[in-house]
Amino acid sequence: MHPVLFLILAALLIVSALCVVLQPSPVRSALSLVVTLFLMAVTFLLLDAQLVAALQVVVYAGAIVVLFLFVIMLLNLRDEPRALARLGTQATALVLGSLFLLALIRFLVTPPKLSASASAATGMATPVSADFGSAQVLAERLFTHYLLAFEVTSVLLLVAIIGAVVLAKRKLV
Amino acid sequence: MWVEIGIAAIKTGAILGVVMALAGVFGWFERKVSAYMQDRVGANRCSVFGFAGAGLINTIMADPLKFATKEDFVPAGVDRLLHTLAPCVNFFPVLVAFAAIPFGDVLEAGGRSINLQAVPLNVGVLYILAMVSLSVYGVVLGGWASNNRFSLLGGIRGSAQMISYELAMGLSIVAMVMTYGTLDLQTMVRAQGHLIGGWLPAWGVLYQPLAFLLFLTAGMAETKRSPFDLPEGESELVAGYFIEFSGVKYLMFFMTDFIEVAVVAGLLTTMFFGGWQVPYLMRDGFHFPLGVTVALPHLLVVALQIVSFLLKVVFFGWLQCLIRWTLPRIRYDQLMGLGWKGLLPVSLANVLATAVVILAWQA
Repeated sequence: MHPVLFLILAALLIVSALCVVLQPSPVRSALSLVVTLFLMAVTFLLLDAQLVAALQVVVYAGAIVVLFLFVIMLLNLRDEPRALARLGTQATALVLGSLFLLALIRFLVTPPKLSASASAATGMATPVSADFGSAQVLAERLFTHYLLAFEVTSVLLLVAIIGAVVLAKRKLV
Repeated sequence: MWVEIGIAAIKTGAILGVVMALAGVFGWFERKVSAYMQDRVGANRCSVFGFAGAGLINTIMADPLKFATKEDFVPAGVDRLLHTLAPCVNFFPVLVAFAAIPFGDVLEAGGRSINLQAVPLNVGVLYILAMVSLSVYGVVLGGWASNNRFSLLGGIRGSAQMISYELAMGLSIVAMVMTYGTLDLQTMVRAQGHLIGGWLPAWGVLYQPLAFLLFLTAGMAETKRSPFDLPEGESELVAGYFIEFSGVKYLMFFMTDFIEVAVVAGLLTTMFFGGWQVPYLMRDGFHFPLGVTVALPHLLVVALQIVSFLLKVVFFGWLQCLIRWTLPRIRYDQLMGLGWKGLLPVSLANVLATAVVILAWQA
């Protein structure tokens, strides 16, 4: 990925992510979230991960946030008072934010070694193979190396679905 | 490098032009076919130098001009930004969805082989699904940002309907992906090039007739057209999510519907009816059964492929138009029942059956 392209994308991502938390209107917040997720998909695309990018849009931007919007519209929410105005919220945000910043600084000072041999040789990351990020390669990894995690996740989702059905079916007295 | 950029630009421009033209043609179908089916004359007011083109001038030239000169009305008390954004958010994703659909094989010209597809994507099918799912936001936003109860109802109905039918649509596509073993649409079309028993073109509909019906039904529900036009049902909601839009904004909502019809028709053609394949036409000419061969120049073969693709797309657009003017609107509970209790279990069963057959075939 070209560095200039990345910088533009990163700037847009940060702006849209800030919009998610700073907008007073819930609908605009949710829409900023869509923009953020879409820009992340673009980032994946520029990193040659076509499948992840497509799934990001289909699942997150295309389905989950639509449900958020659906609920916001059904409840007919208008502008919300800003949570940041309260002192307790500000303190919590300050503590959590500085912890996150510390973690980031630590990461920047000593970056984890992803491809040690290649970076030692050329100072660059290894070039990826031609079929990197394609559905075939990803599926093969998923159904061999990560099979247990995959199956456990599907069981978890099944439990969540059954739970939702049970909650919805329960008679309200 | 400049030549590559030029080729890409020409391909993109051509697809954009053709998609817009298809939307116009489907709009014309809509007016004239409906008029014919309801025994009336239909659009016939406009002509250029006495040429009316059976209402074509009316639909393709007069209507857009009229929309463009209307006042852009924004109701009081709305979120102006979102109100303006809604038609664009609705229009843009479906417009770019066509980019992954191949409209021809490889064109050999000037020592280059040009793949006749705007974006050769490894995950073409998913890309189109992603774009179609993004256009829901236009409906939701249009409904919400109009500050109108009927709009809001239309927006809520529209989003619920599109999310529900996306499942059946996605699952019918999954069955096709399993059949071809690829997500790339160009590879899918190439796989439909051979002949079964030496005479029957191996089009997807022969392998997956059920998936074809499921996709057609779910696709028509995705385009929010009768019998699934509850989000804009005029007898209940005036016009649904786009009541409060006028001028070009209204035209964009209107065009989106027709471009969605074109995208559904393009996907139907590509996955089930051989895309740009012409029966018995190979790269060097016709190879009819019983050993008759007709050699054709390369350019003519490519031209035949493109024409074949376009004809199939126009046919499926016309078919959707015909279904629209034949069936009455269904009730909302019937709509949800059909989606969740009808199409979804059937498409799941279809995926399962496909998997069993493929496993048995390989064993």
